[in-house]
Amino acid sequence: MFLTDPFFWEVVISGLLAGVMYSLVALGFVLIFKASGIFNFAQGVLALFAALTLVGFMDGQVPFAHVINEALGTNYHHWYETPGGGDGAPIWFVALSIAATTAVMILLAWLVVKVVLKPLVNQEGIILFMATIGLAFVLEGVGDLMWGANIKVLDIGLPSGPSDWIIDQTGMFVNKLEISAAVVAVILVVSLTLFSQYTKMGRALRAVADDHQAALSVGISLETIWWIVWSVAGIVALVAGIMWGASSGVQFSLSLIALKALPVLMLGGFTSIPGAIIGGLIIGVGEKLFEFYIGPMIGGATENWFAYVLALGFLLFRPQGLFGERIIERI
Amino acid sequence: MKLAKLAAIAATALTIGAGPAFAELVFPSLSYRTGPYAPNGIPFADGYADYFTLINERDGGIEGQKIKLIECETGYNTEKGVECYESTKGEGALVYQPLSTGITYQLIPKATADHIPIHSMGYGRTSAANGKVFEYVFNYPGTYWDAASIIVKYISSEEGGDLKGKKIALVYHNSAYGKEPIRTLEELSKKHGYELLLLPVDHPGQEQKSTWLQIRKERPDYVMMWGWGVMNQVAIQEAANIRFPMDHFIGVWWSASENDTIPAGDGADGYKAITFHGVGDDFPIYADMRKYVLDAGKAAGAGDQLGTVLYNRGMVAAMWAVEAARKAMEIHGTKEITPEMMRDGMEALDVGEARLKELGLPGFTVPVKVSCESHGGPGLGMIQQWDAKAKKWSIITGLIEADREVVDPLIMEDSQAFASENNIEMRCGS
Repeated sequence: MFLTDPFFWEVVISGLLAGVMYSLVALGFVLIFKASGIFNFAQGVLALFAALTLVGFMDGQVPFAHVINEALGTNYHHWYETPGGGDGAPIWFVALSIAATTAVMILLAWLVVKVVLKPLVNQEGIILFMATIGLAFVLEGVGDLMWGANIKVLDIGLPSGPSDWIIDQTGMFVNKLEISAAVVAVILVVSLTLFSQYTKMGRALRAVADDHQAALSVGISLETIWWIVWSVAGIVALVAGIMWGASSGVQFSLSLIALKALPVLMLGGFTSIPGAIIGGLIIGVGEKLFEFYIGPMIGGATENWFAYVLALGFLLFRPQGLFGERIIERI
Repeated sequence: MKLAKLAAIAATALTIGAGPAFAELVFPSLSYRTGPYAPNGIPFADGYADYFTLINERDGGIEGQKIKLIECETGYNTEKGVECYESTKGEGALVYQPLSTGITYQLIPKATADHIPIHSMGYGRTSAANGKVFEYVFNYPGTYWDAASIIVKYISSEEGGDLKGKKIALVYHNSAYGKEPIRTLEELSKKHGYELLLLPVDHPGQEQKSTWLQIRKERPDYVMMWGWGVMNQVAIQEAANIRFPMDHFIGVWWSASENDTIPAGDGADGYKAITFHGVGDDFPIYADMRKYVLDAGKAAGAGDQLGTVLYNRGMVAAMWAVEAARKAMEIHGTKEITPEMMRDGMEALDVGEARLKELGLPGFTVPVKVSCESHGGPGLGMIQQWDAKAKKWSIITGLIEADREVVDPLIMEDSQAFASENNIEMRCGS
């Protein structure tokens, strides 16, 4: 019955594309958990902070302008005008802004390791988890002070709106921005896999993930590894922030996208990069199909809770998630 | 702005220690400058604060009595809102603007017991419009039920007065606020013969693909929206993505700010919303606002919100509060008014066009006349439309009256049920 519905395939495609967006957020969680066993509560806020910083650079905004102006009685707001003005920034400027934001995220990762994680080495996982909750609040506050709380439009030249070609060919309304997100996600996963499998640093990361003590004993620096992992997670957060921010504006509710990543992690497993992608796709398609066909019969608004029901359903059969590592404890 | 906020918090803490100072007129502001809804909370809080500052700086206060604004951050969180109420009421608070339907519901019994009036301006519990039951609660100039009926009336006028066989969808925030208009829209569908399609969106509303696929499938003639925060921006973006005719997409007054339309870019062009006040800064009061507040460095925020929809809304809320305080002074013959006196002032509030002109706000908002029976005001609204190229709203209709024939019996039914549940005796000689 569903298969003959002209909307069925559109719901499936829209679910797959939404799932990719969830996966982009989930990837950041996986990277950090895989390498350090820390569930990073601040991952959603990292995405927000990265997007805020990118818009700040693109708009030439003076960071902490309100604080500076209050303290010094000045009236600074912007360093420079965005090149291109209302017609969109040129590609070189977008690339430069993304590079500057990446540098900020790497610096932030270094600060997190030095100030938050290093003093907590050898503490219980729950302590580190609590530290990331604190980090989320601090980052949200700092983001507000640095860039302000108003909604910002993020335009880095990505195509958006429905694709006329797809409408003409299939009658389906598919957003070009979501297609871009899917392409970006594929590039990201391939890059992360290559980095993890074929580079010296990647091998060191996997060694730390497998056994901290053994990795330390062969001279791998835990601090450096954490810095790298948090930097990579920061860059992934930037990508997620760009994609979500480009679709609905950069605003503080962006940090709530982390809620969408949780069922993806439960389903895909906390330690698997392909798991984050497959989990996202299953959650995306599952929740969209349920909302579209069953939702109207039970009052609608099912997406938020159904994603968790779906994830829990999978957990009944694979408690470690679809691609999670099976934990075998010998007594 | 942040330092000013810290200073305000410190000042609040000091004054709490010092005990109430009734020589000043205390107006608390339960604002939300942080959290996911901050982009909407900031302009409202700025407009509310700046108007009071203007009255202090230009006129020396209300009838010479200085205003003291106490700002308390709620983060749009109900528990924090109640904490703010509890921590500021001892200051001699004259009236509360809870700025959230959730907080309003929590404060109605508390404030009623404490004899402090609440002004839930265009939000909160709709049936509080019945002053016979809700002595201390006011929701002028209009309620959600008024808004729903005005929008339906407008749609009807666009369709030549006939809605039979038409389909109207309501995309709503799946919360007490978003559900408020449903009952009225159901009654109106019986009266006008249109089919109502209900489409809830869960908080925060960042993902609405299925909702808009339903809209593509069901093909409603019009879509109404009761949204808030990011839900509004995403809905407008999604409507543009499925090429829904934007002039058939109409939001309530909380889905009607620049924040909601600008992120959608050109796609938002033609989107409409109901409002009860003017748009932009082309009003004489703004010259004074710039002279006495902004240029004097006394603005509550960065000064970049003047003339935006939500800044104007904060300003109109403060204007009605000031006028009610003035009325209370006149009724009771004293400048040191209490919250009970303020309530009397609110119940006798009468701000028509002539008074608006005197205030430098000609044509800025609907004329409001409150009475013992009706705390809901005139129930009038206008439709505004977004011009994406000019990035501004324009008012495109005159004042439209709510469908009193449908709305009033609903208000009566709901408020009477509340009265009997809570053993409230009817006032106003009924």
